[in-house]
Amino acid sequence: MAKDLTMTNKINRRAFLKTSGGVTLFIGASGVLPVLVSCQDDKKIRAQLKKVPITAWVQLWEDGQMIIYNPAAEMGQGSMTSLPIIFAEEMDADWSKVQVEFSPQEADIYGGEGWAPGTKLMFTVGSRTTHSYYHVMRKAGAQARYVLLNTAANHWKVPIEELNAAQSFVIHEKSGQKISFGELVPVLTMPTALPDFTEDQLKNPKDFQLIGKNIPRTEIPAKVNGTAQFAIDVRLPDMVYGALERGKLHGARPTLLNESEILAHAGVMKIVQFDYAIGLIASTLKGVLDAKKLLKIDWSTATSSGYHSQEIYSEYEAIAAKKSQGAVITEIGNMGEALRSAHKTYTADFKNDYVYHAQIEPLNAVIQVSEDLQTAEVWVGSQQGGDTKLGVPGVLGVPPENVNVHLQYLGGGFGRRSMTDFVVECAILAKEIAPLPLKLVWTREDDVAYGAYRPLSLQRLKATVDARGQLTGLSHTVIGDGGNLVASGVKNDHYDIPNQLADWRETTHGIRLKHWRSVGHGPNKFAIESLLDTIAFDQSVDPVALRRTLMAQSPKALATLEKAVAMSRWDVPSIDGRAKGVAFVEHGSIGTGICEISLDRATGTINVHHFWIALDAGVIIQPDNVKAQMEGGIIMGMSSVLKEQITIVDGQVQQSNFHDYSLLRMQEVPDSIETAFIPSSEKPEGVGETATPMVAGAIANAFLQLTGKHLRHLPFTPDRVLAVLNN
Amino acid sequence: MPKYTLNINKTSYDVEVAAGTSLLWVLREDLGLTGAKYGCGIGQCGACTVHVDKQPIKACLLPIEQFTAGQEITTIEGLSEDGDHPVQKAWIEAQAPQCGYCHSGQIMQAVALLEQNEHPTRDEIKAHMNGNLCRCGTYLRILTAIEMAAKTKAPTF
Ligand code: FES
Ligand code: FES
Repeated sequence: MAKDLTMTNKINRRAFLKTSGGVTLFIGASGVLPVLVSCQDDKKIRAQLKKVPITAWVQLWEDGQMIIYNPAAEMGQGSMTSLPIIFAEEMDADWSKVQVEFSPQEADIYGGEGWAPGTKLMFTVGSRTTHSYYHVMRKAGAQARYVLLNTAANHWKVPIEELNAAQSFVIHEKSGQKISFGELVPVLTMPTALPDFTEDQLKNPKDFQLIGKNIPRTEIPAKVNGTAQFAIDVRLPDMVYGALERGKLHGARPTLLNESEILAHAGVMKIVQFDYAIGLIASTLKGVLDAKKLLKIDWSTATSSGYHSQEIYSEYEAIAAKKSQGAVITEIGNMGEALRSAHKTYTADFKNDYVYHAQIEPLNAVIQVSEDLQTAEVWVGSQQGGDTKLGVPGVLGVPPENVNVHLQYLGGGFGRRSMTDFVVECAILAKEIAPLPLKLVWTREDDVAYGAYRPLSLQRLKATVDARGQLTGLSHTVIGDGGNLVASGVKNDHYDIPNQLADWRETTHGIRLKHWRSVGHGPNKFAIESLLDTIAFDQSVDPVALRRTLMAQSPKALATLEKAVAMSRWDVPSIDGRAKGVAFVEHGSIGTGICEISLDRATGTINVHHFWIALDAGVIIQPDNVKAQMEGGIIMGMSSVLKEQITIVDGQVQQSNFHDYSLLRMQEVPDSIETAFIPSSEKPEGVGETATPMVAGAIANAFLQLTGKHLRHLPFTPDRVLAVLNN
Repeated sequence: MPKYTLNINKTSYDVEVAAGTSLLWVLREDLGLTGAKYGCGIGQCGACTVHVDKQPIKACLLPIEQFTAGQEITTIEGLSEDGDHPVQKAWIEAQAPQCGYCHSGQIMQAVALLEQNEHPTRDEIKAHMNGNLCRCGTYLRILTAIEMAAKTKAPTF
């Protein structure tokens, strides 16, 4: 901190410039001092940012227009609006004068809270964006406001305490004077110090003017007129195209058998060998994709050779039956004792197959490497990462500052774009063909076959009850590959169960895996919520009543349950042929979901008619956008729960495109998805991954009510449903 | 490479591309009309939907040779002057897009429906839109937007 202060002071004296037209408010990253620099162009801002750890959050012009910078990726979750709203709220800016742009990709400067205390990250994952930037943006906005107030105080020679701000004006009520933010630009002065703005010095949530209102998302007009630019849309003069053939067996090494034939193909410029793929560069997109189809490759075997995903479950059951524990994830009380003294024990296995991200924009990137191979320009839709330069400096062997990342809109992320494999591939090809810019396109077939899936897993749950039927213990064993990818979501912080034990038992198959919206919460909440209903069903108890008891110590959770019960009219029986099911989820925010389904007993098709969600997510920045996230989360959940499945035969991925990897379509959507919020003034919690894990449990529980049978293997495809019904 | 002339958004374009290049690649990579998107290349997702003589087609499936007889091709860029087609306005009103990648195709598909059927039922809308995938799950808002647009009974329909 002390170092920041001196540096910022220095830059302050040296670089403060009176402006012609506009200023950028550089608010010290540590909140030390603001620096005002005349900066119209991005290059200068970037140069400035390189020198000192300061943050440019806003650019302000004399006509009052302003740009607020958004540090997070925009993949449909609304960061392009929600983060600037938080800033504008504390700045008291007139929202109609605000434009939003992506900030430069510099984590030291624009990072939010990292995983470790005191670290910074630009990483749009885990639904952390609003949560991790909430205080950063509020404080920076308050500091920007302070600079303006201070300037007005000097200008009018009145004490700053007498000033107020609203709608991009500074107001001195005593004298009835009023000056716009824009008018202050030419006379902007530096305060000698800038308050640090602790929580209690910021606005009281009840005074919010922008937060909590339905403000249209800033980037939507561009998304309905075709101008929103995704990386795949980038075109540069002399651009060439790249593609890779990666096969269907993850980790296999290729030997190219027809190199000369490929090189002779029209437009092919180069063949680039990768450990796991053959790369091609050609002058046109058609040229590179046609040549790719002609490749004759001999693939080696790999770790996954001989692996059959649908036959592995018996092995998993054997692992679950072993006495020896895996890695303990959570332990409360004494589960062993609970099992010994149990009046009754309920045991069930839950299975789930691999699922694929299926973001509709396949992976791609555009990179131009300079002739001397020392610098690169990168256009990419990325969820960013621990390395904001996405692995490109490593490919070129240059320092990170030599790489400039232009973040584009993401045509879906869902976790897949938090990997940088596609960016690194593009850099390798672009380096081969420098200084020509290169666009790497993954075909849908590439994106499916070389996906990084949510792992297949098995959950063995055991619940114990005492003589009164009260839940005394829950043991939860997860078997699968990928650590947290399979094990997240096993904790029950809101259920009062005195003895709990969760462990993870590792398997490995050489299949590529990655975070998939909600990660392990999907399978694990499915298992937990289903088992609760199994107990309720056996005891002839209302599933809601059972949860009420369990939530007695968590009024927050209980409030979501009661709200969802009221919204769905839980106590009113469904019409004939329909039934309701409930599930509770915590994933940052907490919520209860209730669905109503019916069943076509001839075909095994489950129809979901309604979903009701009650959510506690702390302060809601944009209510309509959070609702959209709930709707999207439920639809993606339904898609995965009812339809999606990647299968592996002898290590080979069996699916290749949307004809054999089905997503939920328009004719399968529910009639309604309704969301209600529990009022709160607490810090916002992530909302992107809370709805998805509700779906499996809620549907399975409704199915149990309807049929008395258990669905315990995801996805609930019609053939599986029929098998369960006829069993 | 052969030369072709296309009539897109009421403008004539000359392009020189390899025979058999899909209309989608020509639009996107050669002409810079990147509103139509690539999602699957096999007619399964609808991200590439454009109009040919007012009919919605999947531009990824058909080669350029089929469009050189003066057919009127309309892409999202040519749908309206200022993004103010009634369907686009309804889309904003409903705050339909999330990532937005599928929405050019969704909008083109929806416009074609309303041009043929001013007041579709919900089931008709669903059937007509079933070929357009949305991974972000914006289907319910798309339904709302189409119903809103149908209500405005704009003169273009
Ligand atoms: S890209 Fe044409 S239908 Fe998917
Ligand atoms: S909005 Fe993202 S795929 Fe439809």
